[in-house]
Amino acid sequence: MSTLPEAPASRAAKEPAKASPVSLPVAAQPVAAEEIAFDIANFNLWYGPRQALIDVTIRIPAKKVTAIIGPSGCGKSTFLRALNRMHELTPGVRIDGSLRHFGEDLYGPGVQAVAIRRRVGMVFQKSNPFPTMSIAENVLVGLRLNGVRDKEVLQRRLEESLHMAALWDEVKDHLNRPGTSLSGGQQQRLCIARSLAVQPETLLMDEPCSALDPIATAKIEELIQTLRQTYTVVIVTHNMQQAARCSDRTAFFYMGRLIEFDDTRKIFTNPGNPQTEAYVSGRFG
Amino acid sequence: MAASPYLPTPAFARWRKAKSTAVTAVLVVCALAVIAPLFLVIYFLLKQGYSSLDWNFFTELPKPTGVPGGGMANAIVGTMTLLAMAAVVGVPLGVFGGIYLAEYGSDLGNDWLRFAADVLNGVPSIVWGMVGYLLLVVPFKTFSAYSGGVALGFMMVPLVMRTTEEVLVLVPQSYREAALALGVSRWKVIMVIVVRTALKGIATGVIVAMARIAGETAPLLFTALGNNFWNHNLKEPIAALPLQIFAYAISPYDDWHRQAWAGALVLMALILALNITVRVLSRDRNRTI
Repeated sequence: MSTLPEAPASRAAKEPAKASPVSLPVAAQPVAAEEIAFDIANFNLWYGPRQALIDVTIRIPAKKVTAIIGPSGCGKSTFLRALNRMHELTPGVRIDGSLRHFGEDLYGPGVQAVAIRRRVGMVFQKSNPFPTMSIAENVLVGLRLNGVRDKEVLQRRLEESLHMAALWDEVKDHLNRPGTSLSGGQQQRLCIARSLAVQPETLLMDEPCSALDPIATAKIEELIQTLRQTYTVVIVTHNMQQAARCSDRTAFFYMGRLIEFDDTRKIFTNPGNPQTEAYVSGRFG
Repeated sequence: MAASPYLPTPAFARWRKAKSTAVTAVLVVCALAVIAPLFLVIYFLLKQGYSSLDWNFFTELPKPTGVPGGGMANAIVGTMTLLAMAAVVGVPLGVFGGIYLAEYGSDLGNDWLRFAADVLNGVPSIVWGMVGYLLLVVPFKTFSAYSGGVALGFMMVPLVMRTTEEVLVLVPQSYREAALALGVSRWKVIMVIVVRTALKGIATGVIVAMARIAGETAPLLFTALGNNFWNHNLKEPIAALPLQIFAYAISPYDDWHRQAWAGALVLMALILALNITVRVLSRDRNRTI
């Protein structure tokens, strides 16, 4: 199996050779102590003078789906973007606190955002396949730009990723058509395939269904259920039913603070915090 | 029957109609005044130049006055050569400068760069000729094709730079984010994703700049100088269509005047062809910018 350049050694140590994602056994393995994907402590983030995240402490479990909910402007997207340092594209942003991904400090000295993003992929609200590229090129662009040249590897990864994203059957006969020729829902699955192709450990999803119709949404949600067997998924959603349907854990953010983080069922049936209860029962937000 | 309150009185309706007609007429006249010069130029060039345009014009060297035949083959090739050299200088500088403006640099620094580019855009072309003269003609002690190409190339830079910047800024931020989120380094994102998406727009900007400099005479007066013969050595003076037209137009000979008209027609056709290329390129903007 080919690895990307700069694949951190500790990854191989923690996860014994990740085999082809599709062929992985479906049965969940009993885990003694829950593995933690993101261990975040006292994390603060400012946009210029405005503080967007206040003292967030959270431990996001590995190989589970964690939903982030909260009203607009509560900092949930900002939080998600801090997880692979995408927020650094915004000028004037500043952070403090600690943020570890499988034990490694993402903000440690010398840590490169580029290397992090190979391990922590991201799917955006609006599907954004590259308009100059075919379906196949879109899926493989991350590998190609990271130096993978081996045709066999590329072909295998193309099929795996598209299978994984539940798109293979729909596109296998016209892989050379432009990515933008697909429907909205298909484009979003293409973007998921593109993220999976570089074999990240964690997939961040920023309201991936908010621009899709209910049928396309259902397909993506189904896909998230498959992904959780191999990947850690963190999904920001405006749609509380979606959080309830497809996540294991739910974190509720409000005004830049993490208000509550617990099993999804508990958050939606018996929340510990009155603000959470008010939000999930639709009294505000 | 009482008049409906929604209907104007007949007098008022007539007055409004008259006003509307008058304003429309003024607008039509203005629009015609704008495009009339173009058609007049094309008309006169065709009328005066077409009769002197024959196959010899494209294949023969200039001949002394009174000698039948003769053409501007060397000047046509010379103009192409100069344009190619200008592109070699102007396209990389302009495109990379535009990439810098769009993707890198601080706000303040970029404001100054933009200001400088806009001022350079307005520098009279004869000044570019003097720049080429001082930089490349004086030190090497000879007029040359190189110096002409460089002077024209400098003229292209601010134009290409600004159009490149403009089209790169139009590439949605979401493509940059998507590529960065794949762990692709920034310069690869810019070169492979952003520039490729905007390639058509950049090409359009380059061709517009070429069309703009193709007819320049002043920068070549001090640099390329002109040449009545074939030039296969870029270190020597080279002929160019605008220079040849200029030389012939100020001569006292009727047959040279006719050649100048033909040359102007060819130059005009060349620039028109470049502009039509731009139109065709920028027609389909759905998929790329």
